[in-house]
Parts: sequence; C-alpha cells; structure tokens
Amino acid sequence: MIFSENWLREFVDPDMTTEQLVETLTMAGLEVDSVSPAASQFSGIVVGRVDDVQPHPDADKLSVCAVSDGESVYQVVCGAPNVRAGLLIPFAKVGAVLEGGEKPFKIKAAKLRGVESNGMLCSAEELGMAESSDGLLELPQTLTLGEDIRSALQLDDQLVELDLTPNRGDCLGMIGLAREVGVLSKSAVKAIDYPVVPVTSDRTVAVATEAPDACPKYLGRVIEGVDLSVGSPLWLQERLRRSGVRSIDPVVDVTNLMLLELGHPMHAFDADKLEGTVSARMARDGEKLTLLDGKEVELEPSTLLIADDAQALAMAGVMGGLSSSVTNDTRSIFLECAFFAPISIAGKARSYGMHTDASHRYERGVDFSLQESAIERATALLLEIVGGKAGPVSAAYGRVPDAIEVELNFANVERLLGIKVAAEECLSILSGLGFELLNSNSECALFKVPTFRFDCSIEADLIEEIARVFGYNNMPETPSMSRDQLSKFSESVLPMAALKGRLVAEGFQEAINYSFIEPALASLICPEPKLVELQNPISKEMSVMRPSILPGLLSTLAYNLNRQRDRVRIFEAGLVFDRQESEITQIRKIAGLMYGAQKPESWADKNTAVDFFDAKGVVESVMDLGRGSAAYQFCASTHTAMHPGQCAEIKLEGRVVGVVGVLHPRLQRHFGFPQTVVLFEIESEALLRHDIPAAEPLSRYPEVSRDLAIVVESTVEAGGIVECIRANAGDQLVALKVFDVYEGESVGEGKKSIALGLTWQDASRTLGDDEISGIIANCIKALAADFNAELRV
Amino acid sequence: MATPDGLLSEALEAIKDSNDEKSLELLRVHYTGKKGAVTAQLKALGQLPPEERPAAGERINVVKRQIDSAITERKEALVERSLNAKLEAEKLDITLPGRRQSQGGLHPISLTIDRIAAIFAGSGYEVAEGPEIEDDYHNFEALNIPAHHPARAMHDTFYIDPATVLRTHTSPVQVRVMEGGKPPFKMICPGRVYRCDSDLTHTPMFHQVEGLLIDEDVSFADLKGTVIEFLRAYFEADLPVRFRPSYFPFTEPSAEVDMGCVACNGEGCRICSHTGWLEVMGCGMVHPRVLEMSNIDPATHNGFAFGMGVERLAMLRYGVGDLRTYFENDLRFLQQFN
Repeated sequence: MIFSENWLREFVDPDMTTEQLVETLTMAGLEVDSVSPAASQFSGIVVGRVDDVQPHPDADKLSVCAVSDGESVYQVVCGAPNVRAGLLIPFAKVGAVLEGGEKPFKIKAAKLRGVESNGMLCSAEELGMAESSDGLLELPQTLTLGEDIRSALQLDDQLVELDLTPNRGDCLGMIGLAREVGVLSKSAVKAIDYPVVPVTSDRTVAVATEAPDACPKYLGRVIEGVDLSVGSPLWLQERLRRSGVRSIDPVVDVTNLMLLELGHPMHAFDADKLEGTVSARMARDGEKLTLLDGKEVELEPSTLLIADDAQALAMAGVMGGLSSSVTNDTRSIFLECAFFAPISIAGKARSYGMHTDASHRYERGVDFSLQESAIERATALLLEIVGGKAGPVSAAYGRVPDAIEVELNFANVERLLGIKVAAEECLSILSGLGFELLNSNSECALFKVPTFRFDCSIEADLIEEIARVFGYNNMPETPSMSRDQLSKFSESVLPMAALKGRLVAEGFQEAINYSFIEPALASLICPEPKLVELQNPISKEMSVMRPSILPGLLSTLAYNLNRQRDRVRIFEAGLVFDRQESEITQIRKIAGLMYGAQKPESWADKNTAVDFFDAKGVVESVMDLGRGSAAYQFCASTHTAMHPGQCAEIKLEGRVVGVVGVLHPRLQRHFGFPQTVVLFEIESEALLRHDIPAAEPLSRYPEVSRDLAIVVESTVEAGGIVECIRANAGDQLVALKVFDVYEGESVGEGKKSIALGLTWQDASRTLGDDEISGIIANCIKALAADFNAELRV
Repeated sequence: MATPDGLLSEALEAIKDSNDEKSLELLRVHYTGKKGAVTAQLKALGQLPPEERPAAGERINVVKRQIDSAITERKEALVERSLNAKLEAEKLDITLPGRRQSQGGLHPISLTIDRIAAIFAGSGYEVAEGPEIEDDYHNFEALNIPAHHPARAMHDTFYIDPATVLRTHTSPVQVRVMEGGKPPFKMICPGRVYRCDSDLTHTPMFHQVEGLLIDEDVSFADLKGTVIEFLRAYFEADLPVRFRPSYFPFTEPSAEVDMGCVACNGEGCRICSHTGWLEVMGCGMVHPRVLEMSNIDPATHNGFAFGMGVERLAMLRYGVGDLRTYFENDLRFLQQFN
C-alpha cells in the first residue's frame, strides 16, 4: 500500500523527518519498501489564469494566450488542446526551472513561430504528477493567483510504499496507520469525524442477509439525483493518485477514498438497475456473473454474492457486477457498506484468479463496528461532490462477532521476552493501540480487543504488540544456550558426509538438480513409472517429480559436454519420488555418473575410458566405508536405461537397493554422448549402515596359499564360482580373489579360464599340505558338478 | 717364484686397473684364493729354513691382508661409482605433475549447510530431515496456517493434489519432530523447499535451514542471542544485527533479522540496495497454537524457531552473483568451491 506523508500528517504529525518516520515504521514491523516524491523538482511555477486565447497566426495547433499571475499579464504561446479562457493552470514563468527530464530545463522568453512567448503552461506530466497527460493540468478555481504551485497543491510530499504483513489489515487505512504512528511516536492522533447526514429523500432499497455468518452486517442507502458529469475535484484525484489509485469517476473515487482513509471498502450500484431486495447470499450452483472488468465467471457455491430479486449483482467483498454498475448516466446510486467475515472472503478472489483492493482488505479483516458511521462519512462526501438527496440507511444484521477479551499476565511478558516491561508501560502501549482496559490488578489486566484487530485473540498476541512498540532492539540478548548433554551419535550409522567425502576423493563433483523434470525424460529413464505429477508446474519441462536422480545427472552431463568438458564425474544425493499403489513414496538416494577417461589426462599414464568396472569399483569403495562390499550382492539384471549385458542390480539382505551399469547405447545415441556413460544409483539408507567392529585375536600360524585355474563356459559368472568355492573351501579360508580371467584359443571356443587365489589360516595350528590338497580336490569336484568346470592344465 | 713384494705390487696394479666387481673377484681368486699365488707362497713356507719361516710367514700374511683390503676398497669404490651413475641416470624432472585422481568437491549449497550444521552442532543442535512432498496438515495447518489464510498467498505452493503439496518451507520437519518426541528439542532441519515462482531472484526450488529450540523458559532474548551469535560465527565477523517485527503464522513475536552488509560494511551498496542492511533470516517465538497442535503444553514449555535461505547465505559468503548458477551445475562454477 502507498500513502502520502502529508495526508498522514493531517492525522498525526510527529516531530520526525521523513527518514525517521520511515525508519520508525520499518522497525515496528510496517516495512517501508520505497519513498518517492509526489512531484518532480521544479521552481518558479505559480497558479496562473488564462484570460484570453487567440489563434496563432502561423500555426493551427498553437494558441496565443494572455496569462495572469494576479499581478501582471504575460503573452504565452501554448499548444494544449484544452486551453481556454478562465482556466487556472500551472504557469511556469520566465526563469522557472523544471527538473523532471534528463537535465534541468530553464524557461526563457522565446519566439514560437514568430510570436513572443513569456513562459509555459504546464501539464500534470510536466510536473511529474502523471505518467502522461493530454492537456494542461486544470486547477480548481479556489486557488490564489500567483501562489507557488508547490504550496498550492502541497507537492512537497512523499509517497511511501508499505509492504504490510497479512496480519496487519488494520493498517490498510490511513486512520489505522495514524493510530500506529501515534503510539510509536507518542504523538496525539486527530480523531476522524463522522457527520450524520440529514435524510432528504424517502427512497429506499430493502436489504437482507441470508448468510448471517458470512455477512453479519449489510447497510445501504439510496442517493438520488446525482450528477457524475462534474468529475472528481483535483484534491480527490490527487489524494487517490498519491495512494497509487487511479481516478475513475466521482462515485468510485469517493468509495476508494473511504477504502484508503478508513480501510473500509464500499460499493455503489446504479439504484435504477436494481430489482426488489438486495441481499447477501451464497451463490447457487452454476450461477454466472459478469464482473465490472467484463469477465464472466461461473460462481462456486462457496462464494458469497450480493444479489437482488432478479440476478447476481456482485461478488461480495471482491468486485461489483457490470449490469448494476454506475455509469456517467447514472442518476441514483445505492451505496453499500457491509461487513463480510474474513473467512468468507479469504482465498475467494484468488480462486477466481483475481485480487482487488476490496478483497485484500476484507480477507484481512475490516473493522466490524465501523459500518454505521462509515456510510455517513461517504454519503456526506458524495453529496458534496455529485449532489443529490440521501435516503435513509437500510440495514440487515446477521451474527455480528463478539468483541474478544484477553487477559495479560505481566509475569508472562517477562517470561516470553526475557525483560521486565513495567505494567504501566504495557497498559499504555496497548491502550494506545486501541485495546480497552476492562480491569487490572498488580499481576494481570483484562483487555477488550479492538474490532479492527483480527490478529489478536490470545495473550501472546498482546505480548507481541508490547514487544513491537517497546522495540525489538531495545530488548536484551542472552548468549546461546550451551550444550547441556554430551552428544549422542550412533556408530552404526555412517555419516552422509563420509560417503560424499569418499566420492569427492574419487574425483566426483556434487551436482544439485531440480526435483521436477520433464515427463519425457522421466519415462525414457524409468520404465512406466507411476510418476508423481505437479498440478501447477512452472512449465512442462518441470512437471513431474523425479523418479530417479539419473535423468538430472544425464542432463548435467549434456550441459557440460556442450561446454567443452570431456571428462565428467558427478554425483547427487536427494529424494526420488513415485507412486506405489496410491501412496507416494519418497526415498533418499545417491547417484553417480562417470564419463571419459579413468584419470585426468596426464603425461604419466596411458588413459582408458571408464567402463562398468570403474563404476562398480566406486560403488564397492563406498560400500566398504559402511558394512563392507561383501554384505551386498551384484546380480546381472536389466534396466531400461542400461546396457542389457552391462548392468547389475545391487541387493542387500535379499532386497534390491540399487543399480550400477552402462547407459544403454540407444540412450547414449539419443543424448548424443560420444563415449560410454556409466551410472549408479543406490538407496542412501542401504549405504549408511555401519557394523560396529568386533575384533578377533590374530592367528600365530602361517597362511597357506594356492592358486586354482579352471576352464568353464564363457557364460558362467565368476560370482557363482566364488560362492561355490567359499561353500567348499572350509572355515579356514581367509581370502579368495579372482586374479585373472582369460578367453582365447588356448582354452577353446566359447570357454574362459578363471584363475583364483585362495588363502587359508587356522587359529590354533599349522595347516598341512595334505589337508589343503583335500580341500582343493573338494572344490574342484563341486565346481565340476555345478559348473561343468575343468581344471586348466 | 715371485717374491711376496713383487706379488703385492703386481696385485695392487691389477686391482687399480680393475673396473668391475667380476674382475676384482678373479683377482682375489688369483692372489688370495685357496689356489692363489699368495696362498701358494704360504704353502711353500715349509721349504724355507725354519729360522726364516716366521719372518717370511709374517711378510706373506701382511701382503695377503694388503691385497684383500685393496680389493675390498676397490670394490666399495666401484659400487659407489656404479650407484652414482645409476642415480644420475634416474634423475627425474620433479616439476612434472603428480599421478593422481582428479579433485572432486561438494556443491556450495552442501558446503553451506554443512557449515551451518557444524556451527549449531557445537551447541548440541541435531540435524533432522523430512519428506519434501508434504500433506497440507504439516505444511500449513499444524503451523497455524489454516485454509484460506492470507499467508498462504505468500507461499506460491506447488500442488500434487488439493491435500498434498511440495513443502514450501522446512518448518513441517519441526512439527514432525515435535509430534514424535518429548521436549526439550534442539535441532536444525536443512533441505530443499519449493515455491511456484521463477525469475531473476527466485528459483522454483531452493534450500532452507530451519532451527528449533523448545525447552522450559526460553525467551526472545535467548533467540536474539542465538541468532546474533550464529551470524557472527557464520560470517566470522563482528557484524551489527537488528531485529524487525514481522509476521509468520507459526511464531509470535516474529522478527526479520537484518545484518550489516558484508559487501560494504554498512556503507550502502548495490548488494544491500543502498540500505547498509541485508535481510538474512526470519525467526520468532513458537506460537502457542503450534505447540498445542504438537501436544506440547505452552504453559510449561516454549521456544524459538528461525529459518534462513541457504542460497542467500552462500551468495553472501562466496560472492555468487546469480542465483540460477546453483542449479545449472556447470563444472567450471562448481569446481571453484573445491
């Protein structure tokens, strides 16, 4: 909301500069966004009167005017279309300086098309009072000729823009703001006056409320015989302009002035377009309404309406309808002044994609004791500007809210704020803010919450008000509370930082991608996933929640390959989302991508491109931080995104917890990656378990090692061979390694040789050769039976 | 037969001329070996008259020792010479770079979160995490933001369905922790949050760290102390900090926290919009209704909560100019933080 400093000072005039006022407001929670002048800088412009207008002899569009400043008459050439004798206008005399443009502009005597011109007649735009103008600024006849225009129009004014928080609806009107400034600056606040307008017409419109909770008060009156052709006076236009509101017509302008002054929205209907009783009721199913802005809306049954016997007239508290609107031809108006409960208006405008000054105030709360007097003030002003005769006020009442009473315990002020605020000061702050003291003793006080404070209903609300006015920065600060117990951290959980640190040591850079991705990308990577879609995405490209981190990493790879990187190692940790049954699952995963050479390019090494085993190696090294890679199984598997022969699912305790593999060549081509991409993605939880070490005594007896080379069909997996050996090599087997895999002529077509190193050790004795030979024989027998393996000779 | 002295001078000459260990060994065999010339003279001592034997024997032994020690000496010299030659040949250009894996690194957002967590861990705050797809209750209702509350308009919420949202802040984690335990609580909740807003200064996803302390007799003064101490620790500077009343439905009193601009020391610059102040976090005393909804009795327990934008802190700390660079993942950007 924007307000004029001068207007505020009509109500409360603290001994403060603009800067101090702005600082005071900001530090009381009414944040000032900006301050700008009401008009541009200029000097030497006075109130002038056009006494005579003659056509310019050599230019059709120019006039030669005689302009008086009350003392002398000057000849001025003017091009404005609205120049006419009798007009009062801003007159820039010779020597005046206008500073609105890029550089100051000094008015000099000059000849325009051969005719002498001594000064300039100004438009609102030229004075920095409007974005654009199409003629001279017409001044009211009440101004004194020759008076400096800055003082005549009070242009030395600042427009202050406030960014109010939603709880402070009470400051959305000048009287509320003035009350606040009065308390903050300890200055007197002028009371606003609510005249009672004499009733001079007996014309009425019946009113009713069929929604007693949504519309607890509905007041209205007819003013007949109005004349809108008079336009709004300059002071009213200026007041609106300096509040950031456009002048429309005198009736709308007066209701807008009430909105700005009292914080109370009002609406005027064309009384001649109403039929029967005007009532507040909920919309009917399928009911339609064409709004003032020409938009037709189909109303939801939860929308509160103003309607007459024939049709819907307005969306209550949001916007009026077109059919009953006031126009230039309107002769009689029906002025509405109602209280709509915040809950019945809140969110309504937004649900129709609208936001109006009225809805902004009603949803935050409008003073529900104000309607009877506000309608009088508006009527008085209307009569003054558009004339007419006021009829009696019709009123319908529903369930008007009760004023709330709240008890303040002074001890709780200290408990919550950490400082003792004297009881008298608490009372003074609250009463200044409009809280009525009902009774008090040395320990506590009972207050009635003012009808304009919808944000105060409990003791904490009152304490906040005290804190705010007392000043947050006047309150003490105590050192942060120190540790009061030793830290508890479990050794059976591996810290995420350790896991990430391992990847960083392997050369991985951490990436953070958006959690929402393109549906096409999601389904490319994840087969028929039950994707979680956003109802209101920013764009199609960010419309489904990622079912995997991998698509983001692939996009990151593409982004960096486009920027001349040729070796990329990236990882990301975070949640992935999908639907199982109807439930949304959110699982924390960690994923990595490797592309390009195994090591950074170096003079020292021949460098080969990464393959499956580089990724598996990284995964194993991460596993070794926690439970050890032996706790996991890698099983050949398929995955839409992966090469069918170079993909493993990772199992922990029989459950699939991750995948590692080479990006499917089809997808590699799809993305246009020149080289192989290897990927892994694992549930973080499965990696973050750590076994607490259980130490065993070391054996004093020697280790015995034997190598074993066998020949099997090439399709046989080394993993199976290893498992078979483990099962048959006895408890004393302490190490088992595959140290060579060979395929070639010497082992025969379709065969491969696998060489293994086995090591045994016993805790209590030296193992004999015969014993080991026996074990080996058992292993060979088992391998022959299970895998048709032969000993390589 | 040569005299011992003749043998000696002949052997010393030959040893001097020898250039490798192998020829030295041959000389040893030739002179002092079992069948060597000097050994032969010892064996021939018996042919001398008995009175000459001791002196002659003595002389031959001296010659033998001299030859052996000359050989040893020469051998050591040769070993030393060949080692020196080898070392000379093995000299490296040590200015060449070492053999290593490339350097990886953490994202600046992670670095910032880790740093915040470390600062608070020193005072016993634990880290809690929660879901990012939240139900309306935890994201709004339990934080005293009922349906149609005007504050909901400030949140630009992404919806999955009318009752399910992408969390708009990390505050629901507080609720989940409070629901599931008993006070005291002392924790921070870092993580991703989402708002349906995208322009130069907003990304639809960003990160927050929320802090919560619930105990007996916690006051606004404790909140102020904690926040000031944190900011000074994070920025490692004795910054001015001020508190401005604000509004969050889940705290009361609520405050925005400004600190002196780190770029201009409060002089006023582009970064602080020429105010000298930077808005860095929101905070307040936990609203009694929020406590009640999480089954905590506001009469016995209260506390404070604070929340800050990680991107903003990282921007100020590391001089990142453009918010969007955080999520483009350009390696050239990310590697600056390694």
